[in-house]
Amino acid sequence: MSALMTLTKVNYQVGSHHILHDIDWEIQAGAHITMTGPSGSGKSTLVRIIAAMISKTSGELIFDGQPIETYDPIMYRRQVSYCFQQPTLFGETVADNLAFPYQIRKQPVDTAHVQEALENVGLTAATLTQRIGDLSGGERQRVALIRNILFLPKILLLDEVTAGLDEANKTIVHQWLKHMNRDHHVTTIMITHDAGELAAAQRMVTVSAGRLEETR
Amino acid sequence: MNLAVNNTSLFLAAMLVLVALGISLWQKLGLDKDIVVGVLRAIVQLVIVGYVLKYIFRIDNVWLTLAMIGFIIFNAAWNAKKRGAGIPHALPISLLAILISTGVTLGVLILAGAIKLIPSQVIPISGMIASNSMVAIGLAYRSLNTQFRDQRQAVLERLALGANLLDASITIVREAIRTGMAPTIDSAKTVGLVSLPGMMSGLIFAGVDPVRAIKYQIMVTFMLLSATSLGAIIACYLAYRNFYNERKQLK
Repeated sequence: MSALMTLTKVNYQVGSHHILHDIDWEIQAGAHITMTGPSGSGKSTLVRIIAAMISKTSGELIFDGQPIETYDPIMYRRQVSYCFQQPTLFGETVADNLAFPYQIRKQPVDTAHVQEALENVGLTAATLTQRIGDLSGGERQRVALIRNILFLPKILLLDEVTAGLDEANKTIVHQWLKHMNRDHHVTTIMITHDAGELAAAQRMVTVSAGRLEETR
Repeated sequence: MNLAVNNTSLFLAAMLVLVALGISLWQKLGLDKDIVVGVLRAIVQLVIVGYVLKYIFRIDNVWLTLAMIGFIIFNAAWNAKKRGAGIPHALPISLLAILISTGVTLGVLILAGAIKLIPSQVIPISGMIASNSMVAIGLAYRSLNTQFRDQRQAVLERLALGANLLDASITIVREAIRTGMAPTIDSAKTVGLVSLPGMMSGLIFAGVDPVRAIKYQIMVTFMLLSATSLGAIIACYLAYRNFYNERKQLK
């Protein structure tokens, strides 16, 4: 495996408050990495920097051989996709949400592909017409995840996406993630505090007080 | 014409200010100072503008007329900017939006022969157009500020999915334009039923046949719709980008 992303001495500070200290990290293409650490340790900040949602204060971030600054942020985010904890769904129906990735790319909706994606997370085509207010927490999270992968990104960043889900929903998401990683070669980085997910992690990094350590 | 507000009647009418002042003091609204300042400013500004307009109408010079219109537009932009607190470049954006909305609307009215290119017609009409555009832009700015704060998470998620800035903001921009135009549309619906608006009232006061006066009011309704929609759309489309930084991140 080769390095898809390399972070060198990445720092992030707000005023005089240092949130991340000299992060050095090499992310291999096709890796499935679990990230953990105490609340407020800087995990989400690090992942948001990787997702180009915020900019590092100093250091270097190389993606696919080029510094992050050389990419148009919009095009970059289509390759390095970030899924939020407790996502907001748009519009009125599930279909509105799954049409969004096509709309922003000025492409017609590929209905067959959308249906396949729904089935992969245990939902059916009938879900498309459901109003977002009628969805359960697990269904909302799964719809949000599909939005991120209808156009496959190279890296998928998941910020505690299974927090608050029941075991059945967690299992669906885990299996789907494995499928994304193994069959579609999507590099995944998942932030979690979940004991089961931490126990099952093959590769793990821990962020503590703004410093990153590869722990497994 | 039977227009007879003499100085004595005006002085007696000033008693009405005491009503507002009394309510403010009685209900401890803390508005007494604002009321006094507001009234004094209104008197001073109107007296000055009265003499300035008298002079401009008498001279009838195109450059002087344009300068007066420019002055109106600048003041309108300055006031609209105040509603856009926190939006960078709000003054030049407001200036451009009010300049274009006033210019286009005024141009159409002149070309259509609805008004003549003489100071006594062009200046009051410009004032009406610019002030309505100013209110629409001010409301649109406030709506942008509120929505970008309240819908921050949704905007972040659209960005994270790879949306460009317009796609990430379009629902907010549309709502802000709608908010800016709403008072004009509402007043268009109720005109004549709830209020006899300024233009029409003024003409009727001056002794013009009400049927002729309504033609002017219909024209005013058309021009205000044009002015507020142009002003709001230009201001919103220029302002929304300022909620993002150069790396296309939400500030």
